[in-house]
Amino acid sequence: MTKTPTAAQLAAIKAALFALCLVPLALNLQRWFADALGANPIEAITHASGDWTLRFLLITLAVTPLRKLTGLNWLLRLRRMLGLFAFFYASLHFTTYFWLDQFFDLNSIAHDIMKRPFITVGFAAFVLLTPLAVTSNNYAIRRLGGRRWQSLHRSVYGIGILAIVHYWWLVKADILEPMIYGLILATLLGMRGWWRELERRRQIAANMPRPMPGGKVIPLVVKSPQ
Amino acid sequence: MQILKPSDIPPSEITPRALFEDRRRFLGAAGATLAAGAALWAGLLPDARAAAAKLGPLARSPLSTDDTQTGYKSVTTYNNFYEFGTNKEDPAANAGSLVVRPWTVRVEGLAGKPRTFDIDDLLKLAPLEERIYRLRCVEGWSMVIPWAGFPLSALLRQVEPQGSAKYVEFVTQYDPKIMMRRPVLDWPYTEGLRLDEALHPLTLLTLGLYGEVLPNQNGAPVRIVVPWKYGFKSAKSIVAIRLVEKEPRTAWNKAAPNEYGFYSNVNPTVDHPRWSQATERRLGEFRKRPTLMFNGYAEQVASLYQGMDLRRFF
Repeated sequence: MTKTPTAAQLAAIKAALFALCLVPLALNLQRWFADALGANPIEAITHASGDWTLRFLLITLAVTPLRKLTGLNWLLRLRRMLGLFAFFYASLHFTTYFWLDQFFDLNSIAHDIMKRPFITVGFAAFVLLTPLAVTSNNYAIRRLGGRRWQSLHRSVYGIGILAIVHYWWLVKADILEPMIYGLILATLLGMRGWWRELERRRQIAANMPRPMPGGKVIPLVVKSPQ
Repeated sequence: MQILKPSDIPPSEITPRALFEDRRRFLGAAGATLAAGAALWAGLLPDARAAAAKLGPLARSPLSTDDTQTGYKSVTTYNNFYEFGTNKEDPAANAGSLVVRPWTVRVEGLAGKPRTFDIDDLLKLAPLEERIYRLRCVEGWSMVIPWAGFPLSALLRQVEPQGSAKYVEFVTQYDPKIMMRRPVLDWPYTEGLRLDEALHPLTLLTLGLYGEVLPNQNGAPVRIVVPWKYGFKSAKSIVAIRLVEKEPRTAWNKAAPNEYGFYSNVNPTVDHPRWSQATERRLGEFRKRPTLMFNGYAEQVASLYQGMDLRRFF
């Protein structure tokens, strides 16, 4: 199962994925022009773009666990596109708010960002996502260096949490949906935490002259992999 | 008081909606059975008219607004009725299971003549009026709806409220077999008004909209409509009305006391903690419009709150 697609196959997969990622946009545009978004189309567009931002964030965060579980290392080559689509839908979400909902009323927007916690958090998530989108290219990786680039991009974990909080604080009473998204995020982040812990234990064990009889792990002064 | 102006569309001219919808339903069926189509078509028209549960002649009211009415489809497909789901489309999809007949409403508590009213008695209790009201939701959207009903005061006077009665509590239908079982709110949904609010001529015991009986998703068979308060104050599918001495707890107040006060008067100057109330989106309009104090009913109701700090009693 570790078969890697050829360059041509990967290009085809990427093209297909690109088209697939545009389907939510296409469907919503079609509904908009067909007047099929219900009684409050602006709200419908706001919710749809927000939902898809969150979904793409989670899909992007699922790439690493999926790669580890399946051994399909080439999946990593799709991650940048998925992450950029998360930013793309976040931009649509923000534009919908800025334009259709608030109609460029900067006063009202500034008031919202400062006074309404769920908007504060959502706006912060969007602001933090922007540098990640800007540095999602090979030039930026070279320029920053792999390690610095990676620590910058780890902020996506926090952005994921902000996105869940944004949704959670928005709903009036029924927290079922934000809870489901939250559990998925917790699983994806929890897997990373668990794997790091396993890696730490493995390294400690490897550095140990003999296995300890009790098998108890004592955090030694071992340099963790950053 | 608002001065009555002739509305753009007199009630008699309002779209014969059932006819239109049955036509569409029919067209779907006709695709399958083209041959029978013509015959069915001819037979459908009188049936559709009979099936539409029209309410009798409705008196026009000087309390109606002449704002453009929100379309029937929006009014009946964009609903907050959490018992049937928390998405706006859910009630229209799920409320069909609500059995609205037989139906009774107990009017009880601090009343000289407590009584249980059958829905058919309610329909005949007072002359039905059409009241075209603005409805402002706490979420920041609004509609204009032609309700049908009569002042709640007509019902309350029948049971003779005692002097000790200061508030009115509304208890709504809760049937876990067909409604939401998750404890999103403390079921059954309850609401309340001060007695003078309940007796105000604007407070409408509502049995219909657009000249027809209430669709289930809009709170059939009987609800109240309190147009100067946020929409959630207007309880749907009422089974009991209680005259009480103390301010009753209400479903949303129990869920989030700092967000939904007992009064919940529409007030552009008191923001909800999580969003502004200064503007609203009237469904069907692109740009937001400023929200009016007491939803535009200040002339009629402001005196009820004289001397009250409306920031504190939000």
